[in-house]
Amino acid sequence: MSGFLTEYGGEIAELTVEHLWLTGAAMFFATAIAVPVGVWLTRRPGWAKPVIGAANVLQTIPSLAMFGFLLPLPWLGERAARVAIIALTAYALLPILRNTYAGIRGIDHALIEVARALGLTGAQRFFKVELPLAASFILAGLRTATVACVGIATIAAAVGAGGLGELIFRGVASVDNRLVLAGAIPAALLALACDSALGLLERCFRVPGPGASADAAR
Amino acid sequence: MNAAIEFRNVCVATTGGRLLLDRIWLEVEEGTTTAVLGRSGSGKTTLLRTVNRMVEPTSGEVLVDGRSVCDADLIRLRRSVGYVIQETGLFPHMTAERDATLVLEAQARPRAERLRRSHELLEAVGLDPKQFARRYPYQLSGGQRQRVGLARALAAEPSVLLMDEPFGALDPLTRSEMQDMLRALLARLKKTVLLVTHDLDEALYLGDRIVLLSEGKLVANLEPEEFLRSRDPQIEAYIRAFHRGEQSAASVGEKRA
Repeated sequence: MSGFLTEYGGEIAELTVEHLWLTGAAMFFATAIAVPVGVWLTRRPGWAKPVIGAANVLQTIPSLAMFGFLLPLPWLGERAARVAIIALTAYALLPILRNTYAGIRGIDHALIEVARALGLTGAQRFFKVELPLAASFILAGLRTATVACVGIATIAAAVGAGGLGELIFRGVASVDNRLVLAGAIPAALLALACDSALGLLERCFRVPGPGASADAAR
Repeated sequence: MNAAIEFRNVCVATTGGRLLLDRIWLEVEEGTTTAVLGRSGSGKTTLLRTVNRMVEPTSGEVLVDGRSVCDADLIRLRRSVGYVIQETGLFPHMTAERDATLVLEAQARPRAERLRRSHELLEAVGLDPKQFARRYPYQLSGGQRQRVGLARALAAEPSVLLMDEPFGALDPLTRSEMQDMLRALLARLKKTVLLVTHDLDEALYLGDRIVLLSEGKLVANLEPEEFLRSRDPQIEAYIRAFHRGEQSAASVGEKRA
């Protein structure tokens, strides 16, 4: 066992970083797209169904097929990492989009009215009222998306994008369970770590209430 | 007479063409309180909301301090008119001290000034800043929340205050405390108040004038004593509806005696 670790330890660390990088980049792009679009949808609810539906369709494409579809595309295909990041971004869109939309739409309408009546501008209403009230919702979507993407990113190795999936694929090919586990365990731990870190962040942005940490207010 | 708020032939219609307000003429004298009575759906809230243009009149005009609200900058108008609603008006993610001076925050006034003003306001509405400034709405009772709501409406020193059933959700004892507080505060601050209420007692206690609306029409605009003495069938019906409990208890008592 220790021999295995000395042999593969460096590689595991390297691939973990790569894995994290793929996921992180995808989450960055997905957030940058889905949050503004989700906010826009709250202003144009008529569009919500088709747009969220489209994100839903993206979600249903099997991940291996998605990587396969993207690979032959001109600029994307040059680097496998590009393919992986785009595909992961596509998967992350739905949970973030849906939670942004639902989080803002779910705010008590009376509060929005009060914000208007107090003379808050559109931007102030968004940043001082809507965003803080929906923040923990949006972060919950981000958390779901991140955990899912850490898992899906293992498949990115199939198109040569690297990440922990590489060890898994190699292990499967050479019927070496140690290698499969060397990829799978860090990937699972990574997912758990992301989950709890984002869970913590989510709690920080929770709206104070009787259920939340009451001492934060004292 | 100097009208702080003036309604000139104001009509508000729904998109379906139903009239929520039907040719309202009304002047509210500066520094006085006008209580607006009427059953649900009679247009009370709509009337109130035309003043800060939360509702736009279909025809006619509303003037505040002699200027048509339609000519005013919308954001500035709303900041210059205090607004208090029943319940749920406080933001759950804001402490009392932040919420109370949100309008000043929106105007980008310095933090130190906001804090000072916020504590001043909380004190004015009877909340000790040391105890209440850092509390969130869920840590306040219904009456305390309404006090913060009132403080917030006063933050930008508006000359006009709109109150939409501010004490409607409170128990009678808390409500009467709030009414006393408001009366004392108004005597000191000299605001022009439009107060929508269901409660005849509240209207009589706080109002310098009482306005009765029915199906979007202005039925009466009288002083409290005149209102009580009025022989108008709609006013009598309204007053009778309030004293039913007393009368019934009294008649039961008579039968026993």
